[in-house]
Amino acid sequence: MGIHSITVTVNGAKERLDVPSNMTLLQMLRDKLGLTGTKNGCSAGECGACTVLVDGEPVNSCLMLAVEADGRQVTTVEGLAHDGQLSALQEAIIEHNAVQCGFCTPGMLISAHALLERAPRPTEQQIREALVGNLCRCTGYLRIIEAVQTAAKKGGA
Amino acid sequence: MAELTSNPVGKNTPRVDAYEKVTGTAIFTDDLPFGPGLYYGRLVRSPHAHALIKSIDISKALEVPGVKAVVTGQDFDTRIGLYLVDRPVFAKDRVRYVGDPVAGVVATSEDIAEEAAKLVEVEYEELPAVFDPVEAAQPDAPLLHPDLGEYKVANFIFPEPGTNISEHFRLRKGDVEAAWPRCAAIVEDTFRLPHIQHVPLEPHVAVALWEPSNQVTLWTSSQSPFAQRDLIAQSMGIPHGNLRVISPYVGGGFGGKAGVSMEVYAVAMARAVKGHPVKLRMTREEEFIGTTVRQALVAHTKIGCDAEGNLLAMETEYYFSGGAYNDYGVNIVRAAGYSCTGPYYIPNVKGDSYCVYTNMPIGSAMRGFGMPEIHWGIEQIMDQLAEKIGMDPAEFRRRNCVKTGDIILTGMKMPAIDLVACIDKVTKAINWGKKEPPSAPHKKRGKGIAIMWKAPAMPPNPGSSAIVRFNEDATVNVEIGAQELGQGAFTVVAQMAAEVLGVPYEWVRVSAPVDTKYSPYEWQTVASRITWSTGNAVKAAAEDARQQILALVAKHWNEDPANLDIKDGIVISYKSEREQPLKDMVIYGLPNENFEGWKGGPIVGHGKFMPTYVTNLDFETGQGPRAVVHYTVGAQAVDLEVDTETGQVEILKIASAYDVGKAINPDLVLAQIEGGAVHGMSSAFEALKFDERGRPLNPNLVDYRIATAADAPREIHGDIVETPLEDGPWGARGVGEHVMVQTAPAIANAIYNAIGVRFNDLPLSAEKIFMALQ
Repeated sequence: MGIHSITVTVNGAKERLDVPSNMTLLQMLRDKLGLTGTKNGCSAGECGACTVLVDGEPVNSCLMLAVEADGRQVTTVEGLAHDGQLSALQEAIIEHNAVQCGFCTPGMLISAHALLERAPRPTEQQIREALVGNLCRCTGYLRIIEAVQTAAKKGGA
Repeated sequence: MAELTSNPVGKNTPRVDAYEKVTGTAIFTDDLPFGPGLYYGRLVRSPHAHALIKSIDISKALEVPGVKAVVTGQDFDTRIGLYLVDRPVFAKDRVRYVGDPVAGVVATSEDIAEEAAKLVEVEYEELPAVFDPVEAAQPDAPLLHPDLGEYKVANFIFPEPGTNISEHFRLRKGDVEAAWPRCAAIVEDTFRLPHIQHVPLEPHVAVALWEPSNQVTLWTSSQSPFAQRDLIAQSMGIPHGNLRVISPYVGGGFGGKAGVSMEVYAVAMARAVKGHPVKLRMTREEEFIGTTVRQALVAHTKIGCDAEGNLLAMETEYYFSGGAYNDYGVNIVRAAGYSCTGPYYIPNVKGDSYCVYTNMPIGSAMRGFGMPEIHWGIEQIMDQLAEKIGMDPAEFRRRNCVKTGDIILTGMKMPAIDLVACIDKVTKAINWGKKEPPSAPHKKRGKGIAIMWKAPAMPPNPGSSAIVRFNEDATVNVEIGAQELGQGAFTVVAQMAAEVLGVPYEWVRVSAPVDTKYSPYEWQTVASRITWSTGNAVKAAAEDARQQILALVAKHWNEDPANLDIKDGIVISYKSEREQPLKDMVIYGLPNENFEGWKGGPIVGHGKFMPTYVTNLDFETGQGPRAVVHYTVGAQAVDLEVDTETGQVEILKIASAYDVGKAINPDLVLAQIEGGAVHGMSSAFEALKFDERGRPLNPNLVDYRIATAADAPREIHGDIVETPLEDGPWGARGVGEHVMVQTAPAIANAIYNAIGVRFNDLPLSAEKIFMALQ
């Protein structure tokens, strides 16, 4: 199996990494960089817990190879807060008690963040569609949808 | 500086775990670092539903570079189980379901372990299998456990050796035969529910380290760190003090992470590679078939009432498909037996609840613990009876539902609850009785109602304990052994401790992760018992600390402790109006006059709680003075549309009301109500499917769909009723499971209201509904 040297920007920091051909982006983030906020719920792109932004687009990091991230910008849940200041979305999730077990929350935040970046004033239908790939078994989704609306009102992601 | 919250009980304080969870810094078991010495395990599972193991050859697997050990049933002469010790650590002489573990491979990587697992050669001799619980209960059915009579069993569980019946609970009250002729309406029918799975977003994961000194540590995503310690210690012959279970945040449990499932395999594999931690994590496919599932049920139920709508008699048989091992499932079936009427007063009852071994995945605890299963049929029959005698279904329920002081089916006096108030709230919220127009001509709209009850189902004496200790600045650490699954346990215990101690909520920390080496004992985080049971222990611990503080300051001031109070972290005297900040005394104590010595010392409060009043029930009749600690009751009403062109159901609104005694944190109660309504809604459309040989057909999240953000109802309305529980902290009782118990029958009743068709079997697939409309 080949080892590839890649350069990838993760949460604003440039990293040079040696990764095996078959390593997924999810494994790279968790095992190589210790960014364990991104979760593995199915390894098959079915649950959305591993969602990260690649060049601003939400992707299931369990379905993308690390080598494909070469030269690209990756944002994980750890990159949403800046200098300890939570994003509007993170604050809204807390305010609405839209987190329970917390395992889907990182991926959910990333998908919602991407939505607000492309549609700062989304309709409820747009929010539901944007989050349809992020499964949650605890909250029943409505509080998450409300939190996204609150963040939108406060000026975005 | 952020605002401080005084007297937080009853207030919507923010969750203590929220910041960690939105920043990705909350640690779950799979996130823990173990360094390069970490090994990985994979399980070799049976491809057959029922077979004898003739031989296992592990030699080829052991030759793979990187493989460190392969363990099989031959290495363990022991079984494990909570109520019925029926599960071998690895299948030894026979396999009993597709997925039954026969061997474990330990290697330096998950890939190598996976590759080597395929090289373990097992020779099987297939046996006839049985999948249906009614068939499996017949005398001539293939026998899964010929040794059933030799298994250790709890003294309230009654297996029938020589059959597949692992538990038979009998309820006999009054005389049903004499009552039937007096009934003006009788409904008798059979209802079926398939196996479903919990689908926590976090799959099961465990890491075990067996040190050369025989100290063993297990890191695990668990609702039951102490029960795991107890059961694994007993099974593997480890002194309890040598087995340490550490359990970080749990990424969803719903009962699936209660007791022991796959964790014992991690310990068993670690024993073979002492000194190296071994990580075992379930794939999503294994999560579906190789951990646990909710038992399937076949219910034959007959209920009758008089012309005025008074329930007179009920006769029911519940056949639960317990799966291959019923170590936990037997108690679900017992609970279904002693609560078999649902939340109704019925004077004559004959109930038989059977747990039956089948060659299916292991049935075990799932949110509701037998109650969603039995309410599915009961709540549809109640609607049918109401219709037959011409009474409104909500009114029929108000008339017949259990009320405070009723002598219920087991002979127990019903503790204080107000189910009528719950019915009133949901009927109001849903505009009950008002027919509303559908959104399109090809759609039909309907409303339905269902009510529920559930008691914590557990041994008579499960205990909780807590420690409250101060830090130098008068911030407080609360130590508990109960687990944060997302339900908000850590938040409500912090509120309770702050309330008693008279300190701001923001000063309280909950010591985590739960660690059996340091955390005080807790039976399990199950049965919706934590707010009540652990809450009582935390309250007692805080009161202990408070008494120590007040006694010390009273002595210091030469006053009566009765005149003192603690407000916002300051001890005050209502008599002398003196003040003493806690931060100056909770660690270092107080000086005597002229500093001639000191008094006091670090303040540490201890508390415990264990119900002492639950009695055993008569084996023949299920009668006894006190079957359970208490019941939580509630009602739900559903407004929905059925698309007659596709058979699809759209849930427009769910209204829920539950009597929680006292909402310690009202918004967290509403969060449970909302999440549970969607979980309950989703469960009505879910089913694990198997082929004719017991092989799973849909163990993935594409073919087994759970509700998504697109499926959630437009509106969920929650109401809280507060009838205090006598022995609850501030009157509180649990609600975490109850919130999904009656959702499926409420939907079925609404579908009937919309299209006039009843469905006795779950799931409510669009195909089934469409075909029924043709």
